Amino acid sequence: MAQTDTVTLHPPVVQRQPKDYKSDLEPIWCPGCGDYGVLNALFKAMSQLNIDPDKTVLVSGIGCSSRLPGFVVTYGFHGVHGRILPVATGIKLARPDLTVIGVGGDGDGYSIGMGHFSHAARRNIDITYIVMNNQIYGLTKGQTSPTSSHGFVTKTTPFGNVEGTLNPLQIAIVSGATFVARGYSSMPNQLARIIAEAIKHPGFALVDVFSPCVTFNKVQTYDYFKGKVYEIPATHDPTDKYAALRLAEEEEPFPVGILYRVERPTLNEEIARIQRQAYTENPSVEQLFKRYM
Amino acid sequence: MQGSKTDFVVRLAGESGEGVLSLGEMLTTALARLGYEVYTFRTYPAEIKGGTVLYQLRVADHLLLSYGSHVDVFVALNEEGYQDNIASLLPGGTLIYDSDGVSVPELPQHRVIAIPIGTIAKKEIGSALTKNIVALGAILRYIGAPVQAGEQIAEQTFKRKGEEVVQKNFQALHAGYNYIAPFIEQLPPLLNGVDRVDPNRLIINGNEALALGAVHGGLTFYAGYPITPATDIMEVLAPILPRFGGVVIQAEDEISALGMVLGASYAGKRAMTATSGPGFSLMVEQINLAAQAEIPAVIVDVQRGGASTGLPTKTSQGDLNLALYGVHNESPRVVMAPTSVEDCFYLIQHALNIAERYQLPVIVLSDQSLAHRRCTIPKPDLTRVPHWERIVPEPPSNGQYARYAFTESGISPMAIPGMPGLAFTATGIEHNEFSDPTYTPENTMAMKAKRFRKLQHLSEHYAEQFVRIWGEPDGADVGIIGWGSTEGVIREAMHLAEQAGVRAAALYPKMLQPLPVKVIENFANKVKRVLVPEKNFTGEFAAYLRAQTSIRPISYAKDTGLPFDPEEIKQEIIRVARM
Repeated sequence: MAQTDTVTLHPPVVQRQPKDYKSDLEPIWCPGCGDYGVLNALFKAMSQLNIDPDKTVLVSGIGCSSRLPGFVVTYGFHGVHGRILPVATGIKLARPDLTVIGVGGDGDGYSIGMGHFSHAARRNIDITYIVMNNQIYGLTKGQTSPTSSHGFVTKTTPFGNVEGTLNPLQIAIVSGATFVARGYSSMPNQLARIIAEAIKHPGFALVDVFSPCVTFNKVQTYDYFKGKVYEIPATHDPTDKYAALRLAEEEEPFPVGILYRVERPTLNEEIARIQRQAYTENPSVEQLFKRYM
Repeated sequence: MQGSKTDFVVRLAGESGEGVLSLGEMLTTALARLGYEVYTFRTYPAEIKGGTVLYQLRVADHLLLSYGSHVDVFVALNEEGYQDNIASLLPGGTLIYDSDGVSVPELPQHRVIAIPIGTIAKKEIGSALTKNIVALGAILRYIGAPVQAGEQIAEQTFKRKGEEVVQKNFQALHAGYNYIAPFIEQLPPLLNGVDRVDPNRLIINGNEALALGAVHGGLTFYAGYPITPATDIMEVLAPILPRFGGVVIQAEDEISALGMVLGASYAGKRAMTATSGPGFSLMVEQINLAAQAEIPAVIVDVQRGGASTGLPTKTSQGDLNLALYGVHNESPRVVMAPTSVEDCFYLIQHALNIAERYQLPVIVLSDQSLAHRRCTIPKPDLTRVPHWERIVPEPPSNGQYARYAFTESGISPMAIPGMPGLAFTATGIEHNEFSDPTYTPENTMAMKAKRFRKLQHLSEHYAEQFVRIWGEPDGADVGIIGWGSTEGVIREAMHLAEQAGVRAAALYPKMLQPLPVKVIENFANKVKRVLVPEKNFTGEFAAYLRAQTSIRPISYAKDTGLPFDPEEIKQEIIRVARM
């Protein structure tokens, strides 16, 4: 059984409330943006786990949703576009004691950052990755995204999107992620539970969240999602990879909840094993010189 | 060198994948252990098998500064290698060739020794794999080394493959050694002994020295992506760093490698990556992030030849512009360049220190010729470079931590995740002292000035300590200002020029950004003319000097893929002196 080293194991001194995680900075999102729901669900999840904000790092890239770390009182790393996962991996490898959560959008994670996605999954680095998936580029004011539907009309696809739609849940599963879930920003309690489970999970945990862009996406709106999402039933076996892949294939209605959850050694556990294997008493550079004499 | 008993150059050329490099490395180590000074250069095709590998070794009983200008002994192990290199052999020099693979016409100017290396390896020893050891034996005998020197290195090399393999290789070594004996009975040996074998030396190349220096400098996190000629830095660190509680990880690309480094550094570790030009290009965006978000990071660029894929296995100093200016908008970074293998060990420690203290990216420019130059160096002094810690804040009394506080030096104490009451968001977006996104014109100017003040501070306090001056600049005919791996060859060329009646001095700044302008201008004022030799096509350093200083240097820029040789620099010094 892998250690859940992402959460504070000491008995909590204070029970932190969701509002205790809120920083003084007011979110700059449009009124009605789905990201508010994700932020609130994150506050709830952190409160449920009573996470120590001083031992937590939120890592983001570029995009509307990537401004999120500033709105939380934890440590944060707001980097460049598409590099959430390398930075988060570096932090977690350097400091296994920290809880590391990546937060960003579908453009950041599934387009420019896609090259890192499968690798973070196969490494099973013990981080949580929350993708606020609005199926459009919001910050740059309305262009197509890898998760945009076929035929979707945007400023850069005036004749409709001619490309296929990427399925991040399936890619995560086949790449080796050990926790794969989908949430919806308008189901905050369920989303908070999913995020809490993701944070507790030892290994790479993807939480893809439908988070509607009220300003630029006039197709995947709150109205659109009405009746088009359903909670994954308790009868689903999340350790069954093929059942999870089939669930991930379903559209309209879209299943939300935990699709896939298994355990295998995390990258930190593997590195710790290497360090034990390589252990030398009082290692010194003086010793290393001998090879070159 | 005049007055020395031993100083000669051996060049090996043979088919890639047939053990020419390991032959060269074994020969080098064997001779260094006998007490000689060694200095090597190697180049090889970009493919693992096929094409010609070249390994050049200079051996002497005195300190060596270059791989020499001429070849005294040429060992040709394939036809292509023979054709390409025979012209470099000095008149009177010796050609030893594999008569199974190379056909040689009459060469009246040279001593020629044919040895059927393939036949000996296959028929006598029963293993074609021992060809390079047969050659090792032949070379050792030719230059006058005891066979035991070869046995020792062969045993060390093959020990882990079992006693049988060791014995096979001993046989091969002796076969080569004995075969050549009758050809050279009347010849004086090239090796003439050393007065004293200094046991406190390392036989090491630039990449290895840099990797060990980094470990000594407190490195605990390395992420990298394989790329010639930088990969072996990672290969040296991979088995070592875990012993020190560190982490080595192979990233999916160079973008990820630097992303991981920034993450680890932000989380409090001394972190670094190493790459070459193509990978360095991919890192540019996040180098800017490191500068803007003020995160320590060391990026080693082991420069290789050519633009684009270029000459992956050859050398160049063509990345200076990218290191100095590779950024959108402007942000501070430090650029340093080690000048010798020994210097690689020390300079990387300074680079790590400066990154930690000043919270910015430090770019270290090595190159292929330095990275793979195996030579003898004095055992490094482990106490020479002090250890600088990152400056961390005290918990703020008013509960508000100003991560990017305005300070005189520009350095703002940096909290490390886990420190209570100091949580902040590191960000590349322009921000105020408290790290909140801020776009006012006043803040924009003030923050930029704060970050650039760090370079000013570094320049005032430390840049000059990284300047080396060789020779006497006062009244010198030519003052050379160079950078990086060319230092040794320039020093040797200065001696050669002096013998020809031209007096030269040289200045090497190991810190190129910030540039120690005053010291450089003082030097330039003392000499009659300033010459800037560098291994690139457009004269990047000369242009930089023109931009940053009042001097107007004469540029000698040459981008061939190979290092300078002392003779050509001597000619250039004389030419400039007589202009």
